[in-house]
Amino acid sequence: MDKMPKWADVILTPLISLILAMGISALVILAIGESPWMALTTMVEGALGSSYGWGFTLYYATNFVFTGLAVMVAYHASLFNIGGEGQAAMGGLGVALVLLYLPLPHWAIALPVAMVGAAAFGAAWAFLPAFLQAKRGSHIVITTIMFNFIAAALLNYVLVNQLRPVGSMDPASARFPEATNLPALTDIAAAMGFDWGRNSPVNVTFLVALAACFLIWVLIWRTRLGYQIRAFGRSEPGAVYAGINPVTITVIAMLISGGLAGMMAINNVMGEAERLVLNAVEGAGFIGIAVALMGRNHPLGILLAALLFGFLYQGGGELALWTSIPRELIIVIQALVILFTGALDNMVRMPLERLFLTMRRTSRGAVK
Amino acid sequence: MSLMKSLLAGAALTGLTAGAALADPALIYDLGGKFDKSFNEAAYTGAARWVEETGGTYRELEMQSEAQREQALRRLAESGSNPIVMTGFAFGDVLTQVAGDYPDTKFAIIDMVVEAPNVQSVVFTEEQGSYLAGIMAGMASDSGTVGFIGGMDIPLIHKFECGFAQGFKSVQPEGSVLINYTGTTPAAWNDPVRGGELTRAQISQGADVIYAAAGGTGIGILQTAADEGILSIGVDSNQNALHPGQVLTSMVKRVDNAVYEAFVAGADLEPGIRVMDLAAEGVDVAVDESNADLVTAEMQAAVDEAKAGIASGEVAVHDYMTDNTCPAS
Repeated sequence: MDKMPKWADVILTPLISLILAMGISALVILAIGESPWMALTTMVEGALGSSYGWGFTLYYATNFVFTGLAVMVAYHASLFNIGGEGQAAMGGLGVALVLLYLPLPHWAIALPVAMVGAAAFGAAWAFLPAFLQAKRGSHIVITTIMFNFIAAALLNYVLVNQLRPVGSMDPASARFPEATNLPALTDIAAAMGFDWGRNSPVNVTFLVALAACFLIWVLIWRTRLGYQIRAFGRSEPGAVYAGINPVTITVIAMLISGGLAGMMAINNVMGEAERLVLNAVEGAGFIGIAVALMGRNHPLGILLAALLFGFLYQGGGELALWTSIPRELIIVIQALVILFTGALDNMVRMPLERLFLTMRRTSRGAVK
Repeated sequence: MSLMKSLLAGAALTGLTAGAALADPALIYDLGGKFDKSFNEAAYTGAARWVEETGGTYRELEMQSEAQREQALRRLAESGSNPIVMTGFAFGDVLTQVAGDYPDTKFAIIDMVVEAPNVQSVVFTEEQGSYLAGIMAGMASDSGTVGFIGGMDIPLIHKFECGFAQGFKSVQPEGSVLINYTGTTPAAWNDPVRGGELTRAQISQGADVIYAAAGGTGIGILQTAADEGILSIGVDSNQNALHPGQVLTSMVKRVDNAVYEAFVAGADLEPGIRVMDLAAEGVDVAVDESNADLVTAEMQAAVDEAKAGIASGEVAVHDYMTDNTCPAS
């Protein structure tokens, strides 16, 4: 029997953690002599108060959905992929190469091709760590994080020495051809006749991200491969006994994971910047870990957690832009949310479980 | 209906703030942050000087993420700030797109050229200042080996490196310049520990003067050089006083002047390319009481001679950015 109802586990626990994190953030803001209420309203107003704010929130959330799903798939195979940052950076390189060197006449054609490019590069970047883990037992946490740095160095080399137009100061590629630029959601809204989110970066990739959530749910819980991944993740000896090849499953799970992280590049590189800049990923790979943990490694949870972090990113950005609260404090707020919802989860969960148990006992007692 | 209402409210709000903040200048710092002890902080110093002298007010923003650049520019322009000054080449691409939408607003961008009728592009001739620093290093070095430690490995810093190497080679043609970069991510601008390690590595290879062009990382380079008893050269701001008597000079890049002058010009900011070279005192090597004992009379004479040569065109310092190569290395 479950200790507490599912809704309490999925919604109440994160919610209480969130409120605790916000409470402590409020104290910190008070300590530096600013008004927490003003901070909260700025964040909510900036991130959710206008269609423009929503456009940014959804844009960031799209990034986090991809990296969150990437962490999730690996996690179900009990692999901790913290290389999302590097895989997403390489995905960006894949997108850039495809768009710069293949003549693609229309975005509807460019999108699937670029998706393949992004996923292929991201997956390729996850392959070696996966292979080393499967064959040599080199710990995936160590190898993937090291690959982040290699990706940064490689990207730097390629951008500075190969893709950068001569005379440009900026270590960034040339702009992608106009025809391949993805339509922003605001364009779609305008085509349907209403004004929504002007000048905001959210684009059709958001819809791709929603589709990815559904497909990953199907993959993990409704396919044979998903079953194998989960079985392997629960117990390697059990999986081997059932005839599942641990090397293959490790590599496949990591390839899917890396591919998903790489797909993030569709959003930030192809959809937003429309060229490859050095600093394109901006920590989304690491946020993905928090998103996956908070979303309890379920696509729906990841979607909600990604929205929350999208809100924190955009709201925090607004806070730093338009108030005198220093931007370092935004990082403190985000860190507190991660700390409470991720690391200190049991601090809230255990008292809650106890509470529900006593409630159940007393209600049962009353019935008798 | 409610959507329409909130839109109208938003428009009204924008109109209101536009009236209130009329013609106040604005300054946008790049991702490094306002107090980076180097580039962005120099911009802040310029703005602070303007406030002190005129008593005016200005708006300032610090970037959080790449996607915010356009947002920040548009919001400042819509709220009536004029001129809008931004530090760093990374704004170039966004500004190219945004500038045209606000023809009545003046923009100034530092370290990048943006061709638009309402944009002033401020570029510095870092290679000239670094060339002078190279001459001084060449005259101060006994071992014939000097070091260059850059921050992030990007073209802009190669420009410093190339100027420095040319200056050094003009004094010691047979000498060698050790070159290291701190990293390939933006973290390389703020890694004093690694800066210190690179300094030790270069000292063990014989370097006795090290030029730090690495933002916040330079603090560690200057510290280690002082601890190990060799000379160092600071960058961007005048860092001579950090270790008096042990910092040979600083290649100052007067970002503060650029910001100050843009603020003073206000809405009458002159569009076009503004080259802050030696003549415009955009770059220089700093000599003050902290390093007066280190700069010999011959050194000063050589620097003055080179300055005159550069001004007259006799000495041509190659700019790495023009063809991505450096003749001296």
